[in-house]
Amino acid sequence: MLKYIFKRIMGAIPLLIIISIICFGLIQLAPYDAVDAMTTPNMSEKTIELIKARYGLDQPAYMQYFYWIKGILSGEWGYSIVTHESISHNLSTRIPNTILLVVPAYILALILSIILGLFSGAKKGKLVDKIIDGYSSFGIAIPSFWLAMILVFIFGYSLNLFPILGMHTIGSEGSFPDLLSHIVLPCTVLTLSFLPELVRYVRSSTIGQLSEDYVMVQQAYGAGATSILFRHVLRNVLLPIITIVGMSLPMLVTGAVVTETVFGWPGIGTYFVTAIRGFDYPIVMAIMLLSSSLVIIGNLVSDILYSIVDPRIKGMGE
Amino acid sequence: MENNRREKNVLLDVKNLRTAFYNGDSKMEVVRGIDFTVQKGEILGIVGESGSGKSVMVKSILGIIPNNAKVDAGEIVLDGEHLESLSKKEKRAIRGREIAMIFQDPMTALNPLKKAGDHLVELLVRVRGMKKKEAINEAIELLRMVGIPSPETRVNQYPHEFSGGMRQRVLIAMALACNPKLLIADEPTTALDVTIQAQILELLKKLQKENDMSVVLITHDLGVVATICSRILVMYAGRVMEEGMAHEIFYSPKHPYTKALLNSIPRVDGEKTRLKPIKGSAPSLQTISSGCPFADRCEFAFDKCFKETPEYQSFSSTQKSMCFLAGEGAKVDD
Repeated sequence: MLKYIFKRIMGAIPLLIIISIICFGLIQLAPYDAVDAMTTPNMSEKTIELIKARYGLDQPAYMQYFYWIKGILSGEWGYSIVTHESISHNLSTRIPNTILLVVPAYILALILSIILGLFSGAKKGKLVDKIIDGYSSFGIAIPSFWLAMILVFIFGYSLNLFPILGMHTIGSEGSFPDLLSHIVLPCTVLTLSFLPELVRYVRSSTIGQLSEDYVMVQQAYGAGATSILFRHVLRNVLLPIITIVGMSLPMLVTGAVVTETVFGWPGIGTYFVTAIRGFDYPIVMAIMLLSSSLVIIGNLVSDILYSIVDPRIKGMGE
Repeated sequence: MENNRREKNVLLDVKNLRTAFYNGDSKMEVVRGIDFTVQKGEILGIVGESGSGKSVMVKSILGIIPNNAKVDAGEIVLDGEHLESLSKKEKRAIRGREIAMIFQDPMTALNPLKKAGDHLVELLVRVRGMKKKEAINEAIELLRMVGIPSPETRVNQYPHEFSGGMRQRVLIAMALACNPKLLIADEPTTALDVTIQAQILELLKKLQKENDMSVVLITHDLGVVATICSRILVMYAGRVMEEGMAHEIFYSPKHPYTKALLNSIPRVDGEKTRLKPIKGSAPSLQTISSGCPFADRCEFAFDKCFKETPEYQSFSSTQKSMCFLAGEGAKVDD
C-alpha cells in the first residue's frame, strides 16, 4: 500500500511542473506588458528599460520562469508590483480568513447534502424528492452574488440582524461573537451555493445504489428499508464523496472569490480580484499556481484516502 | 388416496397468481394466472425462456417486485398462512425466515463494502436473534457447511476476494442462516462455470436433504433441471404450459412447447442430429392476445389455438398440460 501511495505521489510531480509552466505561459501570453503597471506614459525609454531590468523583465521568458520557480520553491513568492508587499506574507494572513469562511460552509453543505440527498433518493418520485430535487435544480442556477445581495438586503438592511461588510467591527477585532455575526451571511451564501450540486450527487448516487442487486438481496432476506439505507447503501454512497471532497480542495483558495468580494471579506478572493484589476501579475500567478496545484493535491489525497478506506483498492498495490 | 397425501404435504399453494407492471396508463401483465404447489421436501424446477415471467413470479410470492409492479389477484398459501393478505411489514417477517432466496448473479448480490461474515452476522442477529459473538461463530460454521475452505479467514474477507462460485456459496450460506422452509433459487448457476455449476447443484441437493426444506429452482437450462429436480413446471409467456414429474416431462412430454424445448437440447449420446430450434421469439406481453400464447410458434397450431385459451388436461395425478392437442397424443407425437 505504501508503494501505491509513493507511486501516486511520484506521478503527481510531473503534473505540478506542467501546471507551473501553463500558469507562467498564460501570464506571458496575456496581451499586456507587465511593465506598464509600474510606468507612467511620460517616463523616458531609458527609465522603462531600467525598471524592466530591475524586475528581470528584460530576460528571455524561460529565464524568467526559472527565476520564478526557484523563488516559489524556496518560499520566496515575490512582491506585489503595485503595493510592493510580500506576497507570501499577504497570502499567509489572508488564506486563514478564507479557510475560516469556506471550511464551515463546506462541511455544513456536505452534511446537509448527505441528509437531503439520501432522503430524496430513497423517496424517489415522492413529493419530498420533488421538492428537494427541484430546489437543487433551482439552486444550481442561482448566481451566488445575486443570492448574496438578496440576503444582504433582507437580513442586513431590512431586518438589520447581521453586519454586511468585513470580518470585524472596528475596535472589537478579538471578539468571537462579533466574528460570528460577521460570518453568518457570507457563510450562508456559500453553504447555499455549495449545496445543490452536492445534493444532486448524493441523490443520484443513492438512487443508483438502491437499484443494485445487493439491495434486492437484502430485501429478500427481510431487511427493512431504513436498515438497508443506513447499513448498506450509506457506506456505498459516502465512499465516492471522498472524490468530491478531494476535488473541492482548491476551494480553500478560490472557493469564495465572488462571495468574499460582495461581503468585503479580507480573504484570498478579494486579494485575487484586486490583483487582477491592477494586473499585479506576481500575485495572479501565485494564486493560479496555488489553486491549480491544490487540484492535483486534492486528487492525490482522495486517491490515497480511497486506498485506505475502500477494501477493493486496498489490496491492489500489493 | 395419493391425492389426499399430496395435499397434506403441500408447503406452498399458489392459485391464479397475476402480476402486472404499470407504466403510466399502460399495463403489462407478466405473470398471467399461475397455479402451482410446492410439496414439502421436494425440489421443483421451473423452466422457461428469458422473459417467461419465472423470476417475476417468485419475486411476487416474496413481495420484492419493483414499485411499478403489482400482484393483482391470487392466493398464496404458505404452510396454511395466506401471504397475499399480509401487510408489507408482516410480509417482510416471512422473508428470510420462512422463505429465503438466492439469486442469479453472485457477483453483485453482496454489498462490496461489507465482509462476507458481516452479511451473515447481520442476518443471524436479525432473524435468529443471536448475540454478535455467537453469530460470528455460527457464520463460520455456515461457511464451512457450504464448503468454503478455511472459513475462519474467509469470514473476514470482502466479496471481491471471493470467486463467483464461492460468492454463490456465501449466498447459499445466507439462505441457510435463515433456516427456511422454502428456498427459492433464481438461476443460481447461470453466471457460473459448468464445473462450478455442478458443484453448486450438488450442494443445493445435499443441503435440501439435510435440512428438509423445499427448493424451487428456476432455470432456463433443462440440463440443470434434469440433475436435481423431482418435479418440473414449464412456463411460457407468464403461464404454466405443462407440469409434471421429471420423468414425465423428459420421457412423455405432452405440450408442443415442452417437446420443442427438449428438441433444442444438444445430445451427447447417440447419432448426431441437427438441433431443432424453436422458430420465432417469445411474444411481447404488451401485444399478446387471447388464445394460446405459443400458437404463433407452434407447428401444430390450428384456428382454435389463436382464438381460445386451452384448458388444462390431466394425464396423471401429477402431469397436466395446457394444449388442445395434448390429449390426442398421436397427432403431436413425432
